[in-house]
Amino acid sequence: MSETSAAASGSLNGHSTNGRVHDHEPAQERAAGGGPSLPGRIARAITGAVQSRIPVADLDERDPDYIRETLPRLWLAASLYFRGEVRGLGNIPEDGPVLLVGNHSGGNLTPDTHVFTLAFSAYFGVERRFHQLAHNLVLSMPGLGILRKYGTVAASPDNARKALESGAALLVYPGGDYEVHRPVWERNKVDFDGRKGFIRMALEHDVPLVPVVAIGGQETSLFLSRGETLSKLLALDKLFRLKVLPISLAIPWGLNVGDMMGHWPLPAKITIEVLPPIHLREEFGADPDLDEVYEHVLRVMQETLDALAAERRLPVIG
Amino acid sequence: MRVQAQIDISAPREVVWEWITDPAKQLHFLSGVTRWEVSGDLKRGCGARYRMLMRVGSAEIGGLVEVVEFDEPGDMAWTSVTGLDQRGRWRLREVSPERTHVEFRLSYGVAGSGLFGWVSERVAAPTVTGHLRRSLQQLKRSVEHDQLRRAATARREARQPA
Repeated sequence: MSETSAAASGSLNGHSTNGRVHDHEPAQERAAGGGPSLPGRIARAITGAVQSRIPVADLDERDPDYIRETLPRLWLAASLYFRGEVRGLGNIPEDGPVLLVGNHSGGNLTPDTHVFTLAFSAYFGVERRFHQLAHNLVLSMPGLGILRKYGTVAASPDNARKALESGAALLVYPGGDYEVHRPVWERNKVDFDGRKGFIRMALEHDVPLVPVVAIGGQETSLFLSRGETLSKLLALDKLFRLKVLPISLAIPWGLNVGDMMGHWPLPAKITIEVLPPIHLREEFGADPDLDEVYEHVLRVMQETLDALAAERRLPVIG
Repeated sequence: MRVQAQIDISAPREVVWEWITDPAKQLHFLSGVTRWEVSGDLKRGCGARYRMLMRVGSAEIGGLVEVVEFDEPGDMAWTSVTGLDQRGRWRLREVSPERTHVEFRLSYGVAGSGLFGWVSERVAAPTVTGHLRRSLQQLKRSVEHDQLRRAATARREARQPA
C-alpha cells in the first residue's frame, strides 16, 4: 500500500492548495503523444480523474478517536485471520519523530501494514502521531479515503517533512509498488530497487531509522510477475508513476491483472519484527555515505527476514 | 466485558496486599503483562499511575491507568486514562489470620466500537481470563514460597545461640 518511491526519486506529489496536481502534465503530454488523438485524450482523462482524487496532504485528517474505535475490527482480522505477531515494539523510541522503514508485501492489500498499525496504535496509544506514506493510486481509490483517518498521506518528500516535523512516527516502504508485487518465489527477499530516498529523509531531519521486517504478506496470494514490460508498454509509469502491472492468481478473480480491484487474501500468518534504531550520524559519521548505509540497512533487514523465514515450516500456515 | 478469577492464598492479608500493590513485583506474577511501569512520582496509593500492556492476540493492549481506590489492605481499583477502556480491581478478604481470599477483576472494552467491539471483547475473553487465572496462581506460588522462606529463616535464627 505505502511507498516512498516518490520520495526516493525526488518527485513531488505536486499538491497545490486546491488539491490539484500540476507537475505531471508534461508527462501526460508526452504519453498522449502531445496531440489531440483519441488514445491521448483518454489517457489524459484517466490521469486527470486519478490525480483529482488525490487528497491534499493534511496531517490533521488523522483521527485518533476513529482509530481507537476501529481497533477492535483490526484486532479481529489481525489475530484471528492473519494470526499476527509483532515483536520488538520496544525498540521504537518512546517519543519524538522516527522513520520506520519496512519491507512491503501482499499486493495492493498489504496485510502486514494493517497488523503493524494495530500493534503500534495499541502499544503506544492512538494519541501518538503515526503516519504512513502511500502511493497516489491507493489514496485515490474509491472507498479507501478512510486510510487518511489512520494517518496515511501521499508519498512525497514534502509530506514526509511535514510528518517528521510534527514529531510523528513515519512508516515508509522504500520498495513501494516494485517490492509489493514481487513474485511469490521472491517472497523472502527485501528488494528496495536501489531507492535511497529514505536515507536522505532520515539524514535531513536527523531522525533515527528503525527497520521493520515482515514476513507472510507475500503468501496471501500467488504473485506471478510484476509485469514491468506491460506497464511500460501501456505508459503507466509515466501516467500514474506505476512501474508495474502485477499479474497474480487470486481469489475471486483467478488470473488477476493489475490488482486494482483488490483480492481476497489467503490467511497467511504475518510475523513482524522491529529492529533496534539506527542513528545514522552516530554510526556512519557526520556525512554518511548513502550506499554504505543502504547496504547496511538492507543487510540487517535481509538477515532478519531470513531468520523469520527459517521459523516457518509451511507457506501460509506459518 | 467483565472477567474475573479468584483463589485462596495461605498468607496474611497484609502480606498479599504488599505484593499486589508493589509496582516492582507486578511483572513477577502478572501473566501476559509485558509492561507495568510507574508513570509520575507516586509509586503506590490513590492517584498513582502506571503504564501497562497485556498481550492479547496479535497486539499488546493497555495504556495509562490510574489507581482510583486504595483501601488498605482490602481493595485496590484502577481505571484507564488512555488506551483501551478498562477497570481493574484487587479484592482481598480475610478467611483466617493466615489465609486470604483474593479476587482479581478486569472490565474492558472500547466505547463506540459497535458490533466489532462486542465481538472482539468476547473473542478475547478466554485469553484474558486465562491471564487472570495464571496471574493468581503465580501470585499464590510467589507469596507462599516467600512465606516459607521467611519461616525457614526465622527457624534458623531461633536455632542459633544468642
